Amino acid sequence: MRLPPRPQERIDRSRELTFFFEGEPRHGFPGDTVGSALFASGRRVFSRSFKYHRPRGLLCCSGQCPNCLMQVDGVPNVRVCTMPLREGARVRGQNVLGSLDRDVMSVVDKIGGPFTPVGFYYRTMIRPRRAWPLYERFLRNVAGLGKIDRGAGRTRRFDTEHRRVEVLVIGGGRAGIEAARAAAARGEQVVLVDEGLGPGERAAGGSFEVIAPARALGIYEGGLVPVDAGQVLIRFRARRIVVATGAIEQPLVFPGNDLVGVMLPGAVRRLTDEWSLRPGSRAVVIGADERALSVVAELRSAGTEIARVVDLRAESPRRIAAEGKKGRLASVLVDGEGLDCDLLVMSGGRQPAYSLLAQAGARIEYDAGRGVFVPIELPASVEAVGAVAGELPSGATPAATYEGGGKARGKCFVCVCEDVTTKDVRRAIAEGFDSIELAKRYTTVTMGPCQGRLCQLPSVRLYARENGTDEAAIGRTTARPPWAPVSLGLLAGRGHEPARRTSIHERHVQLGARMMWTGAWRRVHSYGDPAGEVRAVHEAVGAIDVSTLGKILVSGPDAAAFLERLYPNRFGDLRPGRIRYSVLGTDAGRIMDDGTIARLDDDRFYVTTTSTGADVVSEWLEWWNAVWGMGVEVVNLTGALAAVNVAGPRARELLGRLTDLDVSNESFSYLDAKQAHVAGVPCLLLRIGFVGELGYELHCSSPYGEYLWSTLLERGADLGLRPFGLEAQRVLRLEKQHILVGQDTDSESNALEAGMPWVVKFDKDEFVGKWALEHVRERGLRERLVGFEMTGWTVPPEGGQIVVDGRPAGRVTSARWSGELRRAIGLAWVPAALAEEDAELAIRVDGRLEQARVRLRPFLDPDGERLRS
Amino acid sequence: MSFLIPCPNCGSRDVNEFAYGGEIAVRPEARPNVRELGSYLYFRRNVAGVQREWWFHRLGCEAWFQAERDTRTNEVLLTERPRASRDEAPPGPEAPALPDTPAV
Ligand code: FES
Ligand SMILES: [Zn+2]
Repeated sequence: MRLPPRPQERIDRSRELTFFFEGEPRHGFPGDTVGSALFASGRRVFSRSFKYHRPRGLLCCSGQCPNCLMQVDGVPNVRVCTMPLREGARVRGQNVLGSLDRDVMSVVDKIGGPFTPVGFYYRTMIRPRRAWPLYERFLRNVAGLGKIDRGAGRTRRFDTEHRRVEVLVIGGGRAGIEAARAAAARGEQVVLVDEGLGPGERAAGGSFEVIAPARALGIYEGGLVPVDAGQVLIRFRARRIVVATGAIEQPLVFPGNDLVGVMLPGAVRRLTDEWSLRPGSRAVVIGADERALSVVAELRSAGTEIARVVDLRAESPRRIAAEGKKGRLASVLVDGEGLDCDLLVMSGGRQPAYSLLAQAGARIEYDAGRGVFVPIELPASVEAVGAVAGELPSGATPAATYEGGGKARGKCFVCVCEDVTTKDVRRAIAEGFDSIELAKRYTTVTMGPCQGRLCQLPSVRLYARENGTDEAAIGRTTARPPWAPVSLGLLAGRGHEPARRTSIHERHVQLGARMMWTGAWRRVHSYGDPAGEVRAVHEAVGAIDVSTLGKILVSGPDAAAFLERLYPNRFGDLRPGRIRYSVLGTDAGRIMDDGTIARLDDDRFYVTTTSTGADVVSEWLEWWNAVWGMGVEVVNLTGALAAVNVAGPRARELLGRLTDLDVSNESFSYLDAKQAHVAGVPCLLLRIGFVGELGYELHCSSPYGEYLWSTLLERGADLGLRPFGLEAQRVLRLEKQHILVGQDTDSESNALEAGMPWVVKFDKDEFVGKWALEHVRERGLRERLVGFEMTGWTVPPEGGQIVVDGRPAGRVTSARWSGELRRAIGLAWVPAALAEEDAELAIRVDGRLEQARVRLRPFLDPDGERLRS
Repeated sequence: MSFLIPCPNCGSRDVNEFAYGGEIAVRPEARPNVRELGSYLYFRRNVAGVQREWWFHRLGCEAWFQAERDTRTNEVLLTERPRASRDEAPPGPEAPALPDTPAV
């Protein structure tokens, strides 16, 4: 039911929008919100309260309270009073069992008693312990508001934007607009954000940018203001922040103050002026300031009969109570005088919306004269204008709280979000929660959807009264972001999981490779037959894409000295064209990474790292370079270079077909590095053998990677070449007992106990980690990383326990079946005493103990003859 | 944490672009005993006040630099390229966490 057209109305009556409420079609106009259209359709109950499931109706009509939260198009907790109406919108009630009008859970309100006092769940549901699963199921059901749309991750997308601005104005009321205009006139770059709708119309002038509807969520360090603009989170960095958030109308506390039909003045004003609706047919107005009383004229113009106006500044009734029928307001009692009405407009003054200012570091103090908290002492670069600064148009009297007595026995709500009554607060005080911060946590007042907008001040007033002191002494609770409710999806933003692919990736896909993650990299697990891939490497030749290896160029006159000082192994005496392996350690002696280093010429070293270690190692190198200030440059070439490892007894034959380089063992021997063209591609060739067979690592510029790979596969086909993946590589390296940093070592492992004392050159003057390793050597080794061979056929799980005398004493870090050896083999950390050839190990597998024997030397080719051949 | 840091190369940028390298402490010159080594490796002054520390502009110029920051307010008072002097040599950033997927 709409009133005849009114001068200020926002609706466009020439067009009709259809939407659905609980599946039933409803109508509204452009310019309506979902809430106003529902109100126009006759709906008065908009939600059920959190705890008691009491019916609730429009209270503030400006997005401050919890009363109109609904599910709109699958999104829970939408405040429909500010949500612009869209054609076809699907709207549902939430927090109900049944329907909004008949909610089964509302018995909680009737039976009251046992389930209602604050702290009830804390106190009751801890005993008996074994009933917890039951309690938990119950609590999960009753806790929280709304239902999450599990498919939302796929259908809704959020983004984050970073923006810098000179002046950010928060709030588009009169004061905000004036401030924005003035700043823009001074030539400053200004952005204004406002939570209301209709931005364009209010920001005539156009000299500054308006973002609306959008909500500032908080003010953080460095002038950071995250703004919720729907699907985009804008992180504003402002040089100056102008807060113009206005003031919030405060409810009064009296029995029945939550009944449907009790409204704040702003709600009445918006319903009549903007949407031409009559908020009620007969009204009582009770207010502590001018603003409340000024709605009387509006109500009259809308045809509402005024039953009585109570100006709390002029009279101070001792008793106010509202009574309802079926949750709807039916009458109001003022000092015993009963007034029939269906609308009660209440106002306990206006509280400056200071939260953002408090977050920014402003001091907030209680102004006893006006009965509100006001900001004083603003931090530099933050400004407050308009009502939030305390410039309220007219003074209000501090409002009192009214409680039952006589026959008024209804509940008096201090907090409508969490259904906390004056009784609950009194109980909390009686139990000793006498500080407002403690009481907040216990009673949850100010912790609901309104975030204290409507309950902070009334609860402070009640506290002051109950404790027999004044509001200033009670103080307020800390204001924390977010100031406005925000969906988790917006905070999470779009998934920015980087996936790195090598330049050869597409070829692997064409070959039907099974891919896996290693760090951010997509790598080939296998091409479908890991065992066959292993065999090809042992018997013919295989190729693996190792472009993911970290590749760092260290150059400069001090390069050799730098590496000598950083790595435990020796590099000063490495001849150009030669390669040496080392682990990289920290000053705590721990293994951080490992890889080979090739000396290209006097001043240049080519350092490789593990696939996931590239960034960490290059930062580490850069850092020590900054510390020591040596003549060294560190360049991370990882993404720029592709690499393929060709390994197997026929690798030399294949390479010989593709290069003019003399690949004979005499001129290109194990641990040599050479530069040459392979298949016409300029390559750095490293003769190394991670997989234990004769092998060459070919490094070339990334764009050539795919071509090099394809050519190798083509020209190697008749030699029996097969591409192999990580799974085959893991078996191959395990047969050689080559460690994988991160798999076989953890953040505690050092090179001595990991069985690589030969990389640690204690006779060097200094290297990072030397001191710690010296201490380890002196105290003696406690654990050792050793190879083992199972006596039976079972492959123990990685992470499986080594058991000594019935107690866990170590763990398996790698284990695989080796087809070549026809045995299950692995690496494990064991007590140092067990690190002896043939020592017997017991490994727990599925609750049984399986036997294994320690093997200290590589299982295959222990003397490295194949590597050197 | 949402403050700004003026990178000596790139100017003022969001803290999220940087990696923290820890407070600057003195690396022993000669071989420390176990106790000294332990305190160099694991003990920090952790002052409530102005502290000199390492920062790395990871999503920018990829340079390490030093900053003086008030740990109470996160106000960065000064940043500069490292002074390469022995006695100011730091223990360094905590050893980076090991990758949880095995690497090759
Ligand atoms: S009525 Fe919608 S938020 Fe208060
Ligand atoms: Zn920079």
